[in-house]
Amino acid sequence: MTTLEAPARYGRHRKRTQAVMLVVMAASLIITLGFLAALLAFVGARGLPAISFEFLTQMPRRAMTAGGIMPAILGTLYLVIGSTSISAVLGVATAIYLAEYARDGIAARLIRTGISNLAGVPSVVFGLFGLAVFVKLFGFGVSILSGSLTLAIVVLPTIIRSAEEAIVSTPQSYREASLALGATKWQTVRYAVLPSALPGILTGCILAVARAAGETAPIMLTAATFFTTRLPSSVFDEVQALAYHIFALITEGTRPEAQTPIAYGAAVVLLALVIGLNAGAIVLRARYEKRR
Amino acid sequence: MAAIVQTNTVSRADADSRDYRRPGSRRRLSETATCAVLAIIAVSSLVFLMGIILVLFQQAMPAVMALGPTELVYGKEWYPADDPPAFGALPLLSASAVVTVGAMAVAVPLGLLSALCISQILPTRARSIVKPAVELLAGLPSVVYGLFGMGLVAPLTMRMFRLPTGLTAFTASMVLGIMALPTVASVAEDAFSAVPRTCKEASLALGATTWETISRVLLPAAAPGVVAAVLLGIGRAMGETMAVLMVAGGAAVIPLSPFQPVRPITATIAAEMGETPVGSLHYHALFALAAMLFIITAAFNLAAEALARRLRRQTGGDAG
Repeated sequence: MTTLEAPARYGRHRKRTQAVMLVVMAASLIITLGFLAALLAFVGARGLPAISFEFLTQMPRRAMTAGGIMPAILGTLYLVIGSTSISAVLGVATAIYLAEYARDGIAARLIRTGISNLAGVPSVVFGLFGLAVFVKLFGFGVSILSGSLTLAIVVLPTIIRSAEEAIVSTPQSYREASLALGATKWQTVRYAVLPSALPGILTGCILAVARAAGETAPIMLTAATFFTTRLPSSVFDEVQALAYHIFALITEGTRPEAQTPIAYGAAVVLLALVIGLNAGAIVLRARYEKRR
Repeated sequence: MAAIVQTNTVSRADADSRDYRRPGSRRRLSETATCAVLAIIAVSSLVFLMGIILVLFQQAMPAVMALGPTELVYGKEWYPADDPPAFGALPLLSASAVVTVGAMAVAVPLGLLSALCISQILPTRARSIVKPAVELLAGLPSVVYGLFGMGLVAPLTMRMFRLPTGLTAFTASMVLGIMALPTVASVAEDAFSAVPRTCKEASLALGATTWETISRVLLPAAAPGVVAAVLLGIGRAMGETMAVLMVAGGAAVIPLSPFQPVRPITATIAAEMGETPVGSLHYHALFALAAMLFIITAAFNLAAEALARRLRRQTGGDAG
């Protein structure tokens, strides 16, 4: 009797543990997603009322306490285009070299270790590097150019990783067919591998744009300015940028009660940009994986 | 007609011989050149990393020479504006440590359990929605997290614990924890998904429940990946700048309680660099802080990478 009962009790205990742990795991996931929802709802609720056509298209007025945030949107655009175009060229070339030429040699392993270390460098350290090298040593000053170069290094690992992944996952048969037709290695890469890897590479570039748009610490010492009454006229001018503008509105300035709504409005614009880009990358990736 | 055909074949043969020899060598030359150009560009990312290390240490040297490494690391006071100024990093280092430990208390349990839920329990369709959502949490700009922390978490903390200010180490830990959560979750999820199906199926076939399979088969098999996830989360929390700058409160004192304002390393650099004359002792001391921060985060990241590599080799061997 007892020998039969014990396993039954043990079985109930096991089932209870199983049920409790399922609930704990589900609750954790719900809390995690709840954070995302809370953040979006909070910033959205405070920022959406500020959004209007004028807010997006007009210059700031009365020392950044009224008017629009057009220069900050434009500045973010400049920095993002500058940095992503630099790092797309460097990143795709690096990825081609790693995936098609170096494969698993010592050089490749060294470069890969370097890249993953670069990815882990704190963003404020990039800012210091940009300040010491681009702003001071090269004499570019606090400018779009310095900021773009700094951000380019920040997003470089993102682009290299996704481009390499896309290139490696190109079917081997594409390469063999091209080589069998007498194409050289570079012709094979250029006309057989890259077109097939393009959606994956683009996904990486989009994620890089999103990352660059949201970074603040790398540009606060190299490119960004808070008070400005005019738009930049060359790459050697300093700019406003959305991310830095939010920070400056909330921590600097003289009239917080007038500046805070603008900061939340700018945050909604930045969030819309980043979420839109991420969604685009997800859609692109999904479509591309389906095709494979 | 015949003549024309003949001249045609002759010229074609002629062209062929030209095509095959000279441009062939040119082709090979351009191939080598392409490979060389790609290799040079690929090395550029290493050059950037080396450049960062070089600049950090070179710019930190004057401060180390002037203050001495012991004073710089163990000095208990950070008063850069006083006369004479004090540049002791201990309050800042301990603030970073406290805030990071707090962040991990939030991010590790939630991140690991979420990763388990995503990889082991959710059906494929739900997973394809939840995974991008968690990744999105990782992709949101840190300044927006800072805004969220200042606007919501700080007032809540202030009211809940009846504090004079909401900008404390506790608040920073909460915000940083939320920020590091998706890093922990997605790295751990990769590790769980990499465990071969056969291991799980064998356990379930023996009559184990899902949770028993997770706790006795999956977790041990994925352990290096789980540790890597935690280490990467620590690296992320340590290096995060804007959110801590906005939320931690900014008092450069050694934290004795989680409910007091603190000033982690990243926040100190970001807050003070803008107002520091280039070449001053303060400027070099900030670079010394950045060098310390770099060493700490690099150590965590390298350890995480080594573990992840070992896991890849292990599970790869199991599957094969």
